[in-house]
Amino acid sequence: MTAALERRARLASAAFLATLAIAALAADWVAPYQPEEQFRETIAAAPSSRFWLGTDDLGRDRFSRLIHATRISLLIAPAAALLSVVLAASAGIAAATRTGLIGNLLMGAADITLSLPWLLLLLTVRSLLPLDVTPWASLTLTFALLGAIGWAGPARVIRAAIRELLVSDFVISARGRGLSKSRVFLCHVLPSARPVVAAQFWSAVPVFVLAEANLSFLGLGVTEPAASWGTMLKEMETVLAVGGNLLNQYWVFAPAALVFVSVLCLTILFPSRIST
Amino acid sequence: MRLRIIIAAQFLGIACAWAQQPVRGGALRLAIQAEPRNLDPAQASDEPSELVRYLTGGVLIRMNRLTQRLEPALAEQWSYDTARRTLTLRLRAGVRFSDGTPFNAADVCHTFSHLLDPAVDAPSAEPFRSVKGGTRCEVRDARTVALRFGEPIAAVERLLDDVAIQSSRSKDQSRPTLGPFFISDRQPGASLVLRRNPNYWRRSPSGTQLPYLDSIRLDIQRNRDSELVRFRAGELHLINNLDSQLYERLKSQLPGSVRDLGVSNDTEQLWFNQIAAAPLPAHKKVWFRSTEFRKAVSEAINRNDIARVVFKGHATAAVGPVSSANHAWLNAAIETPRLNLKSALNRLSGSGFRLRDGILYDRAGNPVEFSLITNAGNRSREQMAALIQADLKRIGIRVTIAPLDFPALIGRITRTFDYDACLLGLVMTDLDPIAQTNVWLSSGPQHQWNPSQSSPETPWEAEIDRMMHTVATEANAAARKRAFDRVQQIIAENVPFIYLINRHALVAVAPDVRNAQPAVLRPQTLWNIDQLWLASPAQVPKR
Repeated sequence: MTAALERRARLASAAFLATLAIAALAADWVAPYQPEEQFRETIAAAPSSRFWLGTDDLGRDRFSRLIHATRISLLIAPAAALLSVVLAASAGIAAATRTGLIGNLLMGAADITLSLPWLLLLLTVRSLLPLDVTPWASLTLTFALLGAIGWAGPARVIRAAIRELLVSDFVISARGRGLSKSRVFLCHVLPSARPVVAAQFWSAVPVFVLAEANLSFLGLGVTEPAASWGTMLKEMETVLAVGGNLLNQYWVFAPAALVFVSVLCLTILFPSRIST
Repeated sequence: MRLRIIIAAQFLGIACAWAQQPVRGGALRLAIQAEPRNLDPAQASDEPSELVRYLTGGVLIRMNRLTQRLEPALAEQWSYDTARRTLTLRLRAGVRFSDGTPFNAADVCHTFSHLLDPAVDAPSAEPFRSVKGGTRCEVRDARTVALRFGEPIAAVERLLDDVAIQSSRSKDQSRPTLGPFFISDRQPGASLVLRRNPNYWRRSPSGTQLPYLDSIRLDIQRNRDSELVRFRAGELHLINNLDSQLYERLKSQLPGSVRDLGVSNDTEQLWFNQIAAAPLPAHKKVWFRSTEFRKAVSEAINRNDIARVVFKGHATAAVGPVSSANHAWLNAAIETPRLNLKSALNRLSGSGFRLRDGILYDRAGNPVEFSLITNAGNRSREQMAALIQADLKRIGIRVTIAPLDFPALIGRITRTFDYDACLLGLVMTDLDPIAQTNVWLSSGPQHQWNPSQSSPETPWEAEIDRMMHTVATEANAAARKRAFDRVQQIIAENVPFIYLINRHALVAVAPDVRNAQPAVLRPQTLWNIDQLWLASPAQVPKR
């Protein structure tokens, strides 16, 4: 990809994501209907001037649901990614600077976390939740758990980057000039590690967007009547199950298209390659 | 020329006859939605276990699902004594279990001894156990058995369709059977393979030993969409209880494969947890035990919308425990509950509830909200729950939908009782209410809103107990009908179950399955399993 093309792609991605974020934040004003409002006389309707993306099987406006779903999927995923990266940075820094028992324990914990069957863990936690938990509470807990168990991979990357920085020429030079360990770390090492941490955050966001979609697809994410990209993707299940009239029902694929384009834009904007 | 036409016609006739000739062999494949919870036929309480019992168990008397009449099976004849306290059954001669051991009267009494054992807690034993003075089985001779009851009894022979006879000699876990198949292989979580019982007693009119099929493979396939995909791909032969949405889609693609058999006897209902010892807040128990609260909820639900939106018209608003298809037992005086928000709010207001800013509060100021559990993955129920949620929001009640996987749901409604309300269906295998005794008796394990009571906790439950006793013991048909009419009336007045709709029986049958005569009663496409056969590929039009 040439530099000019890359710049244009990044610009387009930024514009798309910004529009999406604004629409999601202003969902109550942008969406023509409440996402749970049922128009029972017009179920599974095709797109029209009244319902831009048609209605679902319960007569709910698909466009309104998609906008509200974007709010959930696009705003909670970064929150989970932030939690994950904060935990990862803390563990990674501690493991890089404390090379003895503490470092080994932290990296051992990371290995154990990586080997956990997270889906089963989520299933167990969800089954232990009270039944009358609100959709938002259930979703927040699910994402908090996702964030909490998503620290291990980034922690290893951050630890490696910091250890590399600690033996780099400019750090050795700063120590040689008599700067204290803490000052070197705060003023030189941490600022240099920031791009690595940022890259971990931005590469985690699409992962969590897809995780939400997967969880909702499995019935572990958002519960009725709230909508997320994942719950809307479930609609495709029925159409795909019988394998017919896909082209006649292209609007059912709007959530899938939105997930795809959003993740693509995030990847273009924040490529996971690290340049310090 | 004329001779040629005659010869051609004769060849055609022979070819057609050959094409219709049952072929022995082949493996029928179908899907079940969950692992059978218990392969002991006496303890079968979930649908997969009941299906396995039906396919493998030999019974004394079988109900023909099409004619709804009783037919001799392992018992050739049966009769009551004049006092209707003894049912004498004459057993078929020369019958052997699938392991080759002979069947005799001792096996029947062994089965009843196991069935009536309180430790077994068999759901189908409840009607026998509820007889005052109990039920005893007596061996008269090797081929004659008598069931003796402590009081006069009626229609008990219909219950024998659910009692699979077990071997008194078998000590191992292989469970020899008297039905058309036996379990030959079980892969937990994946599949169950049933093989033809080489000693099955039944023969076709032409003398061929039944069943025609070599085996049946039951794949555990929780996802019904996948079941449909596999049916379209020719991997499955039959689908029972087809979801209405999938039915419509399949109908548009394979119109010859699907059938709407009309209103079934199965009901979909919602009930509130009324168990005194349930781990629920005290104020919720007060709501759930209030008849006016339950009636208000019932009046706020739009049943016609459920039938139209969720079931695409393949369902009918339910009147009560008896479907409108059951003309013999329906109490015609009871009207289908109608949507009436004003009446619902009046009832709530009269019971101390107040609607403020769109939220309903009880007398103590608690907002009225409850969780509604249903089985996850059942799209119809999830959609019904979403409609109910929207309907109840209009009277200020907040409903949280909690889909649970089936074992977890069963655990909550039968063991921990940790739930507010449940949306589930009830399967009716017989038209006679005698089969529902375990649901209506307050001591019954399937008296879901408050099961296994030591004595009836409310006067109306006590009255139901009395009426069901009449249904179970009275010889006079008109008296039995009057008693069950009263039961329906009490249910309508107290709404322990909020009946929503009666589904239509929707099935799909692959073109290579022959002799299929789907019936409204379960197991719809499989009730004549011993007569089903699979056509060879040459005899089947391409899908």
